[in-house]
Amino acid sequence: MDAKLLQRELLELTTRVLEEGVIDKQFLEIQTLRDEDNPNFTDEVVALFFEDAQKLINEITKALEQGQNYVDFGKISADAHQLKGISASVGAKRITDLCIAFRGFCDQLISEGSLQQLHYEFSLTKNKIESIFKLEKQILAAGGMLPGM
Amino acid sequence: MSYLFVDGEEMERKKINNYTFSDIIKLWFWYDLFMEFSFKDWGNHLYNHYFVSKKVRERWWRKLLCCWLIGWFIGSQWIFWFMNSQADYKRRETLASMCDERARMLQDQFNVSMNHVQALAILVSTFHHSMSPSAIDQMTFARYTERTLFERPLTSWVAYAVKVPHSEREEFERKQGWSIKKMVKDEEHPTRGNDSSFEDEPSPIKEEYAPVIFAQDTIKHVISVDLLTGKEDRDNILRARESGKGVLTAPFNLLKSNRLGVILTFAVYKEELPSNATPNERIESAIGYLGGVFDVETLVDKLLHQLACKQSIMVNVYDTTNHLEPISMYGSDVIRNRIYHNSSLNFGDPYRRHEMHCRFKHKRPLPWLAITTSIGSLVIALLVGYIFHATVNRIAKVEDEYLNMIELKIRAEAADVAKSQFLATVSHEIRTPMNGVLGMLQMLMDTNLDITQQDFVTTAQASGKALVALINEVLDQAKIESGKLELEAIKFDIREVLDDVLSLFSVKSLAKDLELAALVSDQVPENLIGDPGRFRQIITNLMGNSIKFTERGHILVTVNLAEEVMGSSVQEGMESTSTNTLSGYPVVSRRHSWEQLNSFNHEGLMIPNSFYVLSSDEIKLVISVEDTGSGIPKESQPQIFTPFMQVGPSIARIHGGTGIGLSISKCLIGLMKGEITVASEPEIGSTFTFTAVFSHGNHLKPNEHRLREFQGMRAVIVDPRLSRSVVTRYHLQRLGISVEIVTDPNQEISHVKNGTSMDVNMVLIEKDIWLKDTDSYSRFLGKLRNSNLPNFPRLFLLANPGNTCMKFVAKESSMGIVPTLVMKPLRSSMLASSLQRALGTEDKENHRHNGLSLSSLRSLLKGRNILVVDDNLVNLRVAAGALKKYGAEVARADSGKKAISMLKPPHQFDACFMDIQMPEMDGFEATKIIRSMESDMNDCIKRNEISPEDCSGVKYWHIPILAMTADVIQATHEKCLKCGMDGYVSKPFEGEELYREVARFFYAKKTQ
Repeated sequence: MDAKLLQRELLELTTRVLEEGVIDKQFLEIQTLRDEDNPNFTDEVVALFFEDAQKLINEITKALEQGQNYVDFGKISADAHQLKGISASVGAKRITDLCIAFRGFCDQLISEGSLQQLHYEFSLTKNKIESIFKLEKQILAAGGMLPGM
Repeated sequence: MSYLFVDGEEMERKKINNYTFSDIIKLWFWYDLFMEFSFKDWGNHLYNHYFVSKKVRERWWRKLLCCWLIGWFIGSQWIFWFMNSQADYKRRETLASMCDERARMLQDQFNVSMNHVQALAILVSTFHHSMSPSAIDQMTFARYTERTLFERPLTSWVAYAVKVPHSEREEFERKQGWSIKKMVKDEEHPTRGNDSSFEDEPSPIKEEYAPVIFAQDTIKHVISVDLLTGKEDRDNILRARESGKGVLTAPFNLLKSNRLGVILTFAVYKEELPSNATPNERIESAIGYLGGVFDVETLVDKLLHQLACKQSIMVNVYDTTNHLEPISMYGSDVIRNRIYHNSSLNFGDPYRRHEMHCRFKHKRPLPWLAITTSIGSLVIALLVGYIFHATVNRIAKVEDEYLNMIELKIRAEAADVAKSQFLATVSHEIRTPMNGVLGMLQMLMDTNLDITQQDFVTTAQASGKALVALINEVLDQAKIESGKLELEAIKFDIREVLDDVLSLFSVKSLAKDLELAALVSDQVPENLIGDPGRFRQIITNLMGNSIKFTERGHILVTVNLAEEVMGSSVQEGMESTSTNTLSGYPVVSRRHSWEQLNSFNHEGLMIPNSFYVLSSDEIKLVISVEDTGSGIPKESQPQIFTPFMQVGPSIARIHGGTGIGLSISKCLIGLMKGEITVASEPEIGSTFTFTAVFSHGNHLKPNEHRLREFQGMRAVIVDPRLSRSVVTRYHLQRLGISVEIVTDPNQEISHVKNGTSMDVNMVLIEKDIWLKDTDSYSRFLGKLRNSNLPNFPRLFLLANPGNTCMKFVAKESSMGIVPTLVMKPLRSSMLASSLQRALGTEDKENHRHNGLSLSSLRSLLKGRNILVVDDNLVNLRVAAGALKKYGAEVARADSGKKAISMLKPPHQFDACFMDIQMPEMDGFEATKIIRSMESDMNDCIKRNEISPEDCSGVKYWHIPILAMTADVIQATHEKCLKCGMDGYVSKPFEGEELYREVARFFYAKKTQ
């Protein structure tokens, strides 16, 4: 496919994902961090993020399902904080916001499906970013240039 | 997570429900228990202290009530019985005394009669037996007895019989001329006076005889009858002569009157006998017997007639010689079971016993007094019991209601908390996506849009901003209502705050061509301590409100000390009259609104109660916001401070807004220990006035940045409208310029005229006046020029931004005057820069950090060795990547310990970015350890133990450590500094902030 066309498609996709609030400017910042020395920087970071985030979400889920008698809110809060930190770093905005809310819920003991929402947001973010990466790879394959490089 | 909480909550609720339900059951149970007076299962119900104590108390009361009622029931019966018996006793007493009285009288009467009979006996013995021949014959006796009958009214008749022994019978019969006859028994009782019962049968032969020789005429027929032949008479005679006293027979029916009577018999003796004579001597000595019949019934009747209350008492007289068979002598038969009194009678015959029974004729009336008393007391007791019961019930009810109230109160409070939480949550939830919307809109505006799209986006963004502002206001309101809002206490300059607000509204006022101005009394200290943010919010609210409703004229904010306002020592010109106003439009007098404040009464004195007592370093300000808008109708004025209340529903449609601003302002003013009031007249305008208490900030260091370049300059303001010129003067004075106001351009300036060498640097004239009357003002200027002033004064024209300013420039320049335009609203900074530009005293140092860009950051960081510490790989890599982008050489450490080992001096790093939250060792701890290592090292260098050459030439070790944190909270910041960190940046890095922080110590390093 024509690289120009793909580039345009990528731009549109990125804009849309930005508009949806799945990612924010920080993600674009990260994309600008890759250079000739380290062209896979973004991929690596994001892959790391997915890995860590998945781990944290599993931790939170486990902590919540551990039993009805005792729920370690301290741990959940810490995990949520961690998740917030890494998602903010890669610019996964919706997860960041959710984590902020999530921590608030931990304190106030009110949460309506926020765990499910967390799972959902995570898969959504993953989906979107992966589709961006896929497009980028296609562009590279077509011999085009990526923005920020 | 969620289901768990829901479950928990539901469980809690269920528990509550069970609780109340079981309580109701228990209540019933307690009631039953009480009814049965049963005490079992007591312990089972001690589950709730309050409940038990309440129930026990209730039961106790009920028992007490029951005892009370029963007690009084018995008590009333006892009262009845007692009173009844008392009455009875009294009655008996009365009866006894009456009876005894009657008995005594009867006895007396009887004795009197008996004495008469005895006297007759003595008469007979004296005249018949002691005289010979006898002085008495039948005729004499009859006549005598007849004539002395009045003495013996109760004696029916009397007769005299003599003792005749058998040996003397014949002689006696011959002497008398008749034979002794026998008495015939008639039925059971011996009767006398009945002719038919006597037959002329001679008495049988006996030892002795007692024939009647004298008799009253009425019973002549008994003469010659032998009394000893009648059984009763015989008994009587024998007993009479034995005892020597009068004896009585049993009562019998008198033949003629059919009444009851008794026969009284006396013996007549031959000679006087001694009182101690034996019965035999008496029998021997007896020579005759006198008998009389007593009519007992008549006797008693007569007696009773003599006494009063005969009717009330019934008398029976009985002969009770034979106890078993008492013989009734008087009175009708009666029912014996009635109460009676028994008095014995002594008629002088020891053999016979007589008794008198008295009864009340009528049955005793019902004891009404006792009945009413007992019933009355019972009724009173019942009433008291009822009152008691009602009281206890009432108390119980009130207690129940109180419990209900408490529960309702808790629920209401919970609802209030829930409301606040809901508001906070919802507002937060709306704010977050709204920020997204606004951000996206901002980004959208940066893209290539045509004019229409640009317009749409601008509108959308404005609406969004308005929404966020509203949400913030609602949050504020919720915070204030829940008492969570606390005021800051920091130093601020009220004049600067007002300048800020004016510049904020200058765009809006431009659109409406309004004049905005602020005027602060020079008595208000420069530095105050309070919450500038909230003060600004109040002013913004009030001014925003004013701008909304004002279409022409001006809006003026004035600040005075409360003492000034009260003491009427308001600076000259600060008080506007109806004609002398900023824009020339009439306004509502500020004084009018001041007077409405509670702290002032009409004499301008404080009312102690409503006045907050200021401590020595506190001052009270009176701030007024005056506009020439549409005003507020009188009837709506009291409502405007209630939330969401607007004057008329149509206002919202015309002007928008929710009306929450004034309410928030009022709350904030309340927090500042002040109050707010409004004076308004429709079509003239409104003046809002509020007070606020701030602390004196003058002991703090005065603002150093104050411009000194204008010190000592002089200015002349030419303006016929004093109010307006005062505002200008205020701003000029703030810059340190001394000001003279000239109201008439034709007037001479005092010191010009005086010819002193005072310097006038500038002349300020309102532009519209200048345009109207250019000539006279030019003349005025000419005068100034002609006077020998060293500097030629510059001309400044004050213009509202709406006015066009191009057309006159040519004209003025032709006159050799180049005026400088100063745009209103006047603000110190803006005025200063205008003056600087015109007077050429511009501050060159003012440009700093202006061209902040990526390149400058790059220049700062290029080639620096930076260590990034973060336990999270993602964060670590991103941070490292970002710093690398700016040209820094980045090393990474993924734990606090690793960082410590890498930063052990000597090392090559220029700076360190450290995450705070890390497992094992957090950023604070790591920093502390690093700092202690550094100080050890520095000590060593000082003591020349290690030469600086060994440490790559560094003489003093202090690596800048910047905290990386996601929560930018003040407390965290302070903690950072306390632990020896140099600053903090938020994650992920934000260009400007990073620059600011890094620039601080990298610049410093350069200068070292």
